[in-house]
Amino acid sequence: MNAPRCLIAEDEPLLAAGLQADLAALWPELVVAAQVGDGASAVTQALALQPDVCFLDIRMPGLTGLEAAQALAEDWPEGPPFPLLVFVTAYDHYALAAFEAQAVDYLVKPVDRPRLQACVARLQSRLADRQPQPAGAPDAALAQTMDQLRALLGAAVPQPAQRPPLLDVVQAQVGNLVHMVPVSEVIYFEAADKYVRVVTAQREHLIRTSLRELLPQLDLQRFWQIHRGTVVQARCISTARREGSGKVTLTLAGHSDKLTASRLYAHLFKGM
Amino acid sequence: MNTLTMTRPALAATPAATTAFAAASRRVRQRLVRTVLVVGAICVAIAAILTAIDGKFFFVKLVYSLCIGITCNAIVFTAMLLSGWFTDLLYRARKLPLPDQSNSGWKGVVPGALAAALFGPGLGLWMADAITGYTSPSVLNFNSTSTRLTLLFSVLATIVSVFILQAQERLVHARAQAEASQRQAAENQLRLLQSQLEPHMLFNTLANLRVLIGMDPVRAQAMLDRLIAFLRATLNASRTPQHSLATEFERVADYLALMDVRMGPRLQTRLDLPDALRELPVPSLLLQPLVENAIKHGLEPKVQGGRVDVSARLDADTLVLTVRDTGIGLAAAASAVQAEGSHFGVAQARERLTTLYGTRAQLDLIDAADAEGGVQVTLRIPTVTAHPLQPAA
Repeated sequence: MNAPRCLIAEDEPLLAAGLQADLAALWPELVVAAQVGDGASAVTQALALQPDVCFLDIRMPGLTGLEAAQALAEDWPEGPPFPLLVFVTAYDHYALAAFEAQAVDYLVKPVDRPRLQACVARLQSRLADRQPQPAGAPDAALAQTMDQLRALLGAAVPQPAQRPPLLDVVQAQVGNLVHMVPVSEVIYFEAADKYVRVVTAQREHLIRTSLRELLPQLDLQRFWQIHRGTVVQARCISTARREGSGKVTLTLAGHSDKLTASRLYAHLFKGM
Repeated sequence: MNTLTMTRPALAATPAATTAFAAASRRVRQRLVRTVLVVGAICVAIAAILTAIDGKFFFVKLVYSLCIGITCNAIVFTAMLLSGWFTDLLYRARKLPLPDQSNSGWKGVVPGALAAALFGPGLGLWMADAITGYTSPSVLNFNSTSTRLTLLFSVLATIVSVFILQAQERLVHARAQAEASQRQAAENQLRLLQSQLEPHMLFNTLANLRVLIGMDPVRAQAMLDRLIAFLRATLNASRTPQHSLATEFERVADYLALMDVRMGPRLQTRLDLPDALRELPVPSLLLQPLVENAIKHGLEPKVQGGRVDVSARLDADTLVLTVRDTGIGLAAAASAVQAEGSHFGVAQARERLTTLYGTRAQLDLIDAADAEGGVQVTLRIPTVTAHPLQPAA
């Protein structure tokens, strides 16, 4: 068996060095394939290097550790086993309660040796249990991780009391002109870098906001998130076809675009 | 498995059950109880005085006195209640902010007292007659001495009871206000402490310190010294309301040194304090929450990090303090703040300035105008009334 490899995503350089040193003492065979300081690099490096374990700090610039895990789960290729995730956080009572409930592995900073030792032992036994996957068989570990992530992301939705009021009209500015687009006419929203594309049956607009800001202002009964970058109005979905990869391809009523629902949101589409 | 027993102390939230309506009806109830007690006492006193004059029939006099007293005060009470509700309705209809609830109703006192003087004695006598079986002379018969006495006592007693009740009401109101402001002050103190001893900051700093002890004990010791100075200043801040600008800059430097260890090359800092301004007094730890904001909301979310500048200068008689970062800017920070909670540091600094200097101090929070971007907070504090902590040599 090849030496296990890990990725460390931690924005504080000393803490990253400290974790690396502690791991070297407790788990000498473990190779640190990459050490990154922000969420986006964690995703690209993990996809490129396909490590066995990812240590993800929760608070990082760019994407948070949870968002990085979400992106990783959505973009992970078929075939190689999904990495074991360990979340690392300094103090966040609420997040810890969520991790505890989902039995996700996590470390609390400062990480003491006995705690890290226990974590290493668990990771080692789970890596040893890994069977070589027969081609085409569903990855049970990935399915379990998906369930955990779904629950964690669901728990991260702000409480109704703190939510801004629901949006009625999207105001999209082009030069001196502001287009008033009723939310009910929007077929889907798609994140595009720092903007969000607002697609209606007639045309599309760009608004200068992030999907993260927009989501709490939408009626989530009517608008479904189907991917970390896509939110679609449910009544505009015409058909949903499950693909072999676990993703779902959607066709729309009133628009020729096809959308893809990621593995994380595929469970939304099943017969009644 | 480590167990989690720590909970962030929740700020006292008003229970949802205490709705405005419940509070209003509680006030009316309390007013009713006080009225009954005061009126009862006055009526007993009147009956006693009258009995002392002719030495007869205390209980009959008490019945008459109670009937008249209760009737008069019921009229005044009703008038006040109606006037309170009416004012309420009027304000609601015009969508004006509601006036101070606890004082509403006092507009009804004068018409209430007039109505009580007109109808109270008549009604009261009629009731008392019905109870005792006696027949009193008509209240309209002004030639009768007993009628005149009755009217005089009724009106006087009503006026006295209204005054006593009003004084009591004011006292209760003042006490409630004092309690509320005390609670507010304690809450602010707690929030200040909580914002400065944020567990996330504390545990991250300790995590860094733990690593540093193994790698570089000398640097670890220096970091621990900074942490100790930071903790001491934070815990002492409520006892030393102001200190010199030089001390303030030292505290900021402590905090920035801690953050520098944590963020490494992602954080650069610049502190600029002209020597001439070192001894100027400033409210203690005024800048620190602003610097913390600049890092937390400006630089930490930015992948490549950036710089924090803290500077002081004198503009005529005004001390101008600036905290500026080259972070992600106000608009981007706003969405993160929405998720994280309030922009407490700025609100708190503004509140402190208003309390200390009124409108003569100023705090502006703007996007920095130059190409480096980020946010700039500018504080303008008058120095005219302030004296240096130590007299110049």
